[in-house]
Amino acid sequence: MALLEVKDLKVRVEEREILHGLTLTVNEGEVHAIMGPNGSGKSTLSHVIAGKPGYEVTDGQILFKGEDLLEMDPDERAAKGVFLAFQYPVEIPGVATMTFLRTALNAQRKARGESEYSTPDFLRKVREVSKALNIPQDMLKRGVNVGFSGGEKKRNEVLQMALFEPSLCILDEMDSGLDIDALRIAADGVNALRSPKRAMVVITHYQRLLNYIVPDFVHVMSRGRVVKSGDKELALELEASGYTQFEDAA
Amino acid sequence: MPAVQETVERVKRIDVDQYRYGFETLIESDKAPKGLSEETVKFISEKKNEPAWMLQWRLEAYRRWLTMTEPTWARVDYPKIDFQDLYYYAAPKPKKTITSLDEIDPEILKTYEKLGIPLREVAMLEGVEPKVGEEDPARRKIAVDAVFDSVSVATTFKAELKKAGVIFMPISEAIREHPELVQKYLGSVVPTSDNFYATLNSAVFSDGSFVYVPPGVRCPMELSTYFRINERNTGQFERTLIIADKGSYVSYLEGCTAPQRDENQLHAAVVELVAHDDAEIKYSTVQNWYPGNSEGKGGIYNFVTKRGDCRGNHSKISWTQVETGSAITWKYPSCILRGDNSRGEFYSIAISNGYQQVDSGTKMIHLGKNTSSRIISKGIAAGTSQNTYRGLVTAHRKATGARNFTACDSLLIGDKCGAHTVPYIEAKNSSATFEHEATTSKISEDVLFYCVQRGLSQEEAVGLVVNGFVKDVLQQLPMEFAVEAQKLISISLEGSVG
Repeated sequence: MALLEVKDLKVRVEEREILHGLTLTVNEGEVHAIMGPNGSGKSTLSHVIAGKPGYEVTDGQILFKGEDLLEMDPDERAAKGVFLAFQYPVEIPGVATMTFLRTALNAQRKARGESEYSTPDFLRKVREVSKALNIPQDMLKRGVNVGFSGGEKKRNEVLQMALFEPSLCILDEMDSGLDIDALRIAADGVNALRSPKRAMVVITHYQRLLNYIVPDFVHVMSRGRVVKSGDKELALELEASGYTQFEDAA
Repeated sequence: MPAVQETVERVKRIDVDQYRYGFETLIESDKAPKGLSEETVKFISEKKNEPAWMLQWRLEAYRRWLTMTEPTWARVDYPKIDFQDLYYYAAPKPKKTITSLDEIDPEILKTYEKLGIPLREVAMLEGVEPKVGEEDPARRKIAVDAVFDSVSVATTFKAELKKAGVIFMPISEAIREHPELVQKYLGSVVPTSDNFYATLNSAVFSDGSFVYVPPGVRCPMELSTYFRINERNTGQFERTLIIADKGSYVSYLEGCTAPQRDENQLHAAVVELVAHDDAEIKYSTVQNWYPGNSEGKGGIYNFVTKRGDCRGNHSKISWTQVETGSAITWKYPSCILRGDNSRGEFYSIAISNGYQQVDSGTKMIHLGKNTSSRIISKGIAAGTSQNTYRGLVTAHRKATGARNFTACDSLLIGDKCGAHTVPYIEAKNSSATFEHEATTSKISEDVLFYCVQRGLSQEEAVGLVVNGFVKDVLQQLPMEFAVEAQKLISISLEGSVG
C-alpha cells in the first residue's frame, strides 16, 4: 500500500479551479520533488493535503495509509503523521517555543492514544533533537518564531519535524528567503530525517534546493496538473530549459 | 467552509450556558422587604447592629442618591433597572449565632467546596504544613473571607493574622470593633457622593471585607474574599476597605460567582484602598459572575467603583483583573497618585463572549511629583460581544515629572464582535511624559492553521494564542491564581471557534 495516494484531485478556491485532476503516488522511504512555475498549484496541493480551510475538493480523493484523508480534521491528519513545513512559518507572540512544542507533541500523542510526555522526558527529547540540529536552547525560550531570522524559522520547522516524527513531510518552498548557508543547514537537518519509514514531498520553484535534498522522483506541475515525471535528472533538465516548454503541454 | 465563516457559525451556536458555577444553594434566607426606601436602609443598619453614626452616613447617601441619575456614557446597552423591584438585603438564616466554622450551615460550606474555595483550615491545622524553606508555592496559606449574598459567612486564619497585627474581618464587624478606623477611612477614597452606583452602595451596602495592615508589617499571607450571589432578585452591594499603613504590604484577591438565572442581577460594589508612605497594596480580581445564556438572557450587571489612594510618598497600588463574567461590566479600578513618587499600576484581561458587554479601564490621576503609572490592558472579544477600554490619564499642574505608559491591545475572534479603545489623556504641566500604544488584531487564520497542523485542536489553538496574548498580565497575578485564571480564559472562550 502506498503511503500517500492522490487520485484525480480537483480543487477550487472561490469558484476557480486550481487543480484539474492531479494524481500522485508516494511510497514509504521515497523523496519526491514537485517543481513548477508560480501559480501551477504546488502550494495548493500541499495545503489540501494538510487540510487548510478555504479549499473545496470537487472531485478525486486523497488516501493516506489507505484512509480517506479528506474526511479528517487537520489536527487528526497531523496526529496520523502528516507534517507540513510552511513556506512562511507564523509568529505566535507570548507563547514560548518550548511550550508550543510540548503542547503540540502531547496533543498528537493523546490523539493517538499514547501517554503524554512528562516534563523531564520531554526536555530530554527536545535537547537531544535540537542539539543535532544545532539549535541553541535560548531560541526555544523565545516566542514561537518571534524575531527569528528566516533561517531560524526554517530550522524551527525542521526541529518540529524531528520531534513529531511524522511519516509524511511536505516541505513547501523551503528555500524561499534563505541564503546559501542557511539553506545548507536546513537541508542537512532534513536529510538527517530521511528514513525508509518516512516519505518526503519537496515543493520548490528552483532546482537549487535539490542539490542539497536529492529526490528519488521529480514531478513537473503546470496549470494544475502533473505534466511530466522522472528521476532527479529531470530537475537538471528543467534548470537548463525552463518551464515554458510545459506551458503548452498543459 | 472558510475558517472565518466556520468561526462565525460556531460562535452563533455558542453555548454560554456551560457556566460552571451556575448552581443554586437551597437555604432559607432572611430578606429585607423588596424595594428601596429609608426603611430599607434602617432595616439593613439594624440587622447589622450598627452604631448611629453609620446609619446617619447611610441615610445621607440614600438622600443624595435620590437626586442622582444613572450614568449613560458607557458603551453598554440594557433595559432600565427598576430599583424598587430588588431586594437589598438577603442573609442566610442562621440557625443560631455562629461562633465557629462548624456552626455554619453545611449547605453553604458545600457551596464553597463546589467552588473550590477552602474555607476550612483543616489541612493546615493537621500539620501537613510544608517545612520552612521548602514551601510548595501552590499550597501557600491564603486567608479567606466568604461573602454569601449579603453577609460574610466565614473568615479563616483570623488568629494567625491577628498575631501579625493584621485586621482582616467582615466590614460589618469592623464597624462595631474598630469604629475609629472605619470612620476615618470609609468614604475617604470614594465619597458617598461619587457616582450613582457608589452612592447607592453607600446607602445599602451589607457586607464586604475590611483589612488594616499596621506600619511596617508585611502581611504574612494572601488575603482573599469570595463573593457569591445566591438569592433571586437580590442586589449584592459589598464594600471593601483596605488600609496599608506606613511601610506595610498586602496582597488581596477577590473572586466572584453566581447561579444561573434568567433575570439580571445587580452587583454594585465599592472598593477603597489607602496606601500610606512606602506602603504597597496589590489587589487582584478574578471576576466570573454569570454572563447570561446563549441568547443574552440573564447575567449579572456588574457596576463597580474601585479606587485606590496612594496617599503617602513612595506608596504603590497595583490593580490586576481577569474579567470573564457578567452580562455587563462597568468598572474602572483607578489610582489617585497623591504622594510624591507614588506609583499606580493597572493590569487587565477582559474577555467577552456571547452577548456580554464590557466597558472597563482605569483612571490614573497624577497629583504628586514624580509619580508614575503603568497600564497594560488586554481585551478579547468573541461572539457578538462588545469590549471597550476606557481610560483616563491626567497630570495635575503640580505633578511635575509625572510619567505614564499605556498599552491597550485588543484581539477579535470572529467578525460579529467589537473592540473599542477610548483613551483620555490630559497633561496640565509640561514636564509630564505620557506614552500610549494601542493595537487591535484578529486571531489570524494562518496562525490557527499553523497550530492545528501541529496537532492542536481549534480550541486548544485559540487558547494557546490567547494565553500568549495575555501573558504580560497573567504574570502579575499571584501564582496560585494565575493557573486558575488561565483555565478560566480557556473556558470562557470555549465554543468561540470552529
